[in-house]
Amino acid sequence: MGSLLKNIIRFIFFILIQAYILDKVPPLHEYVKPILYFLFILWLPFGINRSLLMIIAFVFGLCMDYFTGTPGLHAIPCIFIAYLRPFLLTILLPQETTELSYSEPSPKSFGAAPYSIYVLILTFMHHACLVLVEWLQFGDFIFFIGKVAASTAVSLLLIFVTEMLFTRKGRYRTNTAI
Amino acid sequence: MRNIFLFIRRFFHLLLFLALEGLAIYTLSKYNKTHQAFFASVSNEVTGTISEKYNKIEYYFRLKKTNEQLVNENAGLRRMLSSSFEAPDTAKTTLIDSLAKDTLGVRKFDFLVAKVVNNSVSQENNYITLHRGAKQGVKVDMGVIGPDGIVGKVISVSDNYSRVMSILNRKSRVSAMLKKGLYTGDLEWDGKNPDYLMLSKIPKSAKVQKGDTVLTSNVSEKLSFPAGIMVGRVAEISTDQSSNFYTLRIKSATNFYTLQYVYLTDNLLWEEQKSLEAKTPKD
Repeated sequence: MGSLLKNIIRFIFFILIQAYILDKVPPLHEYVKPILYFLFILWLPFGINRSLLMIIAFVFGLCMDYFTGTPGLHAIPCIFIAYLRPFLLTILLPQETTELSYSEPSPKSFGAAPYSIYVLILTFMHHACLVLVEWLQFGDFIFFIGKVAASTAVSLLLIFVTEMLFTRKGRYRTNTAI
Repeated sequence: MRNIFLFIRRFFHLLLFLALEGLAIYTLSKYNKTHQAFFASVSNEVTGTISEKYNKIEYYFRLKKTNEQLVNENAGLRRMLSSSFEAPDTAKTTLIDSLAKDTLGVRKFDFLVAKVVNNSVSQENNYITLHRGAKQGVKVDMGVIGPDGIVGKVISVSDNYSRVMSILNRKSRVSAMLKKGLYTGDLEWDGKNPDYLMLSKIPKSAKVQKGDTVLTSNVSEKLSFPAGIMVGRVAEISTDQSSNFYTLRIKSATNFYTLQYVYLTDNLLWEEQKSLEAKTPKD
């Protein structure tokens, strides 16, 4: 399956999962909210152009927004993490040949520890940005801290489960093929 | 000029980032004004169609609850039928004047039934999508009530779907009153629990008790709700020492988890009332 086709399927899949499964879960507490959809941006290939990445994130966030009825609310954090992603990748990726041998970020291509840091930072940034926008409209500081912390924890758990369920075979690309 | 191009090329990604963020913030802030006129017709149709497909599956699991609600409501209405009452003393019937005078008065409210195709309770601002739109006579600002109580108001309409701001929304504010004493206050949601609403601005002179009924008020300013629709019951009374008002926690009558059918209320005299109020001198 081509990379483009795979990502288009993921695009639709993540939005539907978020809109029709995770958002339908009866709320446990005001702070605890399962958010998984942004994993799409984390899983985009390494080789993607930076400006294209941001535009994809914008469109993706906006599509998500139309299902929840708040255009712009999810687009803001999506663009933010798409902007941060390349910086993080340059720091975390080993500078040797390994960065060419896998097509997209996964525990296999990074190693488990750097990959968890990558996920943790971007998840935290996404939630902080998302809750900040909500916080500006209402709420207090405790709401902000509590919601970011609790939602990040739930999202990390969900991402962990997703990684266990769908082990992506980091496609091996030999140097000769390039 | 060359420097400008060099500058743009150098900071292209940062500028693109800022431009896209700006666009997103703009869409978010302008949502309720320009958005609904501009994009709503297209986006409502698309997300509405998908939601409808999803709802077809979900609906089966709720059939029992929905039936129960509708049967209860029917029983309530049947109880109000004239045939359920013993007729008054018929021996002394007065002749009814057959002049063309409508003794029932002018019809004020019309009701349309609509199917809920998408509903959320877990967001900070919750919205509901209904499968009934402009072609079926839905207009913006219509009130929405469920079998058990009030639900929200229509905020945008496309050809076949309409979007409702549920009262489980931080932006929603509805006027509601206590059945006992007719004290009017503002009904809002604090975002915590979808089962409970907050009623503020009830003066301390009101004698409130746990379990008191709360209804929609007859002076609702922004919405076209009929007066006296069930809102909920008082669950908790908290007094603020510094002010003269109670804040009441209301157990919502509507169960938002199992909402499947709602009624749109159309206030037929709304235009007239609005135009009269607009004419009133401001001072």
